[in-house]
Amino acid sequence: MTIASLIDSPSELTDAASSKTAIVLMTRIRLARNLSGTAFPGWAKPAQREEILRICREAVAATSPMKRSLNITVGELSELEKQILVERHLISRELSGAKGGAGVVISKDQAFSVMVNEEDHLRIQVLRSGFQLKKAWNAITELDSALEDHLDYAFTPTLGYLTACPTNLGTAMRASAMMHLPALVISNQMEKVVRAVNQLGMVVRGLFGEGSDASGSIFQISNQTTLGESEGEIIKRLHTVLQSIIEHELNAREKLLEADAGKLFDKVGRAFGILQNSHLLSSGEAMNLLSLIRLGIDLAVFPDASRSVIDRLFIEAQPGHLQHAQKGEFDPAQRDLLRAARLRSEFANFVHPNFSFSTNGKN
Amino acid sequence: MVRAELIKNLMANPLKCDLCAKPATVHLTQIVSNKVHKVDLCETCAQAKGVTDPSGFSLADLLLKASLNPDTPTAGVRCEQCGFTQSDFKKHGRFGCPTCYEAFKGVVEPMLDTMHKGTTHTGKIPQRALERKSIYDRLTKLELDLTEAIKSERYEDAARARDEISQVKQTVPSNPKSAR
Repeated sequence: MTIASLIDSPSELTDAASSKTAIVLMTRIRLARNLSGTAFPGWAKPAQREEILRICREAVAATSPMKRSLNITVGELSELEKQILVERHLISRELSGAKGGAGVVISKDQAFSVMVNEEDHLRIQVLRSGFQLKKAWNAITELDSALEDHLDYAFTPTLGYLTACPTNLGTAMRASAMMHLPALVISNQMEKVVRAVNQLGMVVRGLFGEGSDASGSIFQISNQTTLGESEGEIIKRLHTVLQSIIEHELNAREKLLEADAGKLFDKVGRAFGILQNSHLLSSGEAMNLLSLIRLGIDLAVFPDASRSVIDRLFIEAQPGHLQHAQKGEFDPAQRDLLRAARLRSEFANFVHPNFSFSTNGKN
Repeated sequence: MVRAELIKNLMANPLKCDLCAKPATVHLTQIVSNKVHKVDLCETCAQAKGVTDPSGFSLADLLLKASLNPDTPTAGVRCEQCGFTQSDFKKHGRFGCPTCYEAFKGVVEPMLDTMHKGTTHTGKIPQRALERKSIYDRLTKLELDLTEAIKSERYEDAARARDEISQVKQTVPSNPKSAR
């Protein structure tokens, strides 16, 4: 598979959204793995990195989920292609900035991606739309075990899988969910939630990971610690935390409706108006407007079927995807014009809001 | 993102900064997984480490580096496999190779308790890889025995080793790869 055909084909993230994905947009699990007796990527010499890359790419490509995958080095990707892969959460920003001897293997359906020579030799990842921690775990552990047939992993019985950074030792697993939490943001409760979640050993980040902002009221919640608990225990604990965040979000929505439904619907209606008529939209503003439309869908202002359209636009409004669609490179000011045009045309045919069914606070 | 609670302490009896020797004026308490972690820093180090920016700060990383002060007894240790030293770790915040965990055991072990929920792995084990490794270790030993036996003309021992080798080889799965 080539990068061009991968970019143009539907992905798990952009085309699999269902009504089940109301609050949890997507579930993701990643495992860090390293080859025994081999220097970690950050310390390996260039020739050694190339050798690691060759061995890992070959091993990954030989597994059954990776049949007919995209198998490419970072050097072969253009800046725009890298940006698109970052926006689809298929590679990290760190990998996209790698100088040499780094690569990625991405499955045809874009549900699996294996980064080679990021911080660790292998960063295996699985993406699933919606709230599907168990399914994601089953999928990733199968791929991981298949790789074991070809590679000798660095592992000790006491420290588990050995990783370049000691904060990832043990299971070397980070499980995360991407959550849409507009009501908690509107009612200024996110700070409280973040603090509570931290106390439970979980971390909250923005849409694109460490240091990114939470535009569109989208947050990533994941486990902080990796040693001392099994994968199952971590997933169970994360599941409980996510479940309780979902409840808090639903409560917050109900409270907003009770207190002043008019104010909430005004936000949704105005967002719709701006998306239909504006001529300049930054990606941050677009995300926030789309988030309000998504909230409107959850509140039955728009039909359920529109949710997947919004989830696709969340990705397509990003700078990389926007430039790819317009077949060129544009500066931020031009992008804001193009983004607004793209959204205007998308919302010209969008179902009109219907506020009459929404007053009983359906979620 | 880790929320850090900042308390500027102006009391007498100044503590020393965990990173340099200057008096500490910033005292941090962070609760992760119901465990209380404390760090004392001077103004300069607090700024440099981004402690004042609660969104991009990890106490775990900080603790990691604090425990690697050059005056610790393990300061001179080098990893035999990859030549990594403790000051390299301070600079990169990452280890050089898997064997470093053995070389820097004394440094790693004390910080695991603060960093993680426990200190012992209880999760998945790469079963197939470990079995394969034990087979290969056995083969290496048998081949050594064989050479030794031939050298010292113990032909019966040599024959036994040879038979065992061919037996073990039949159980061997496909070739494993590593970048050694």
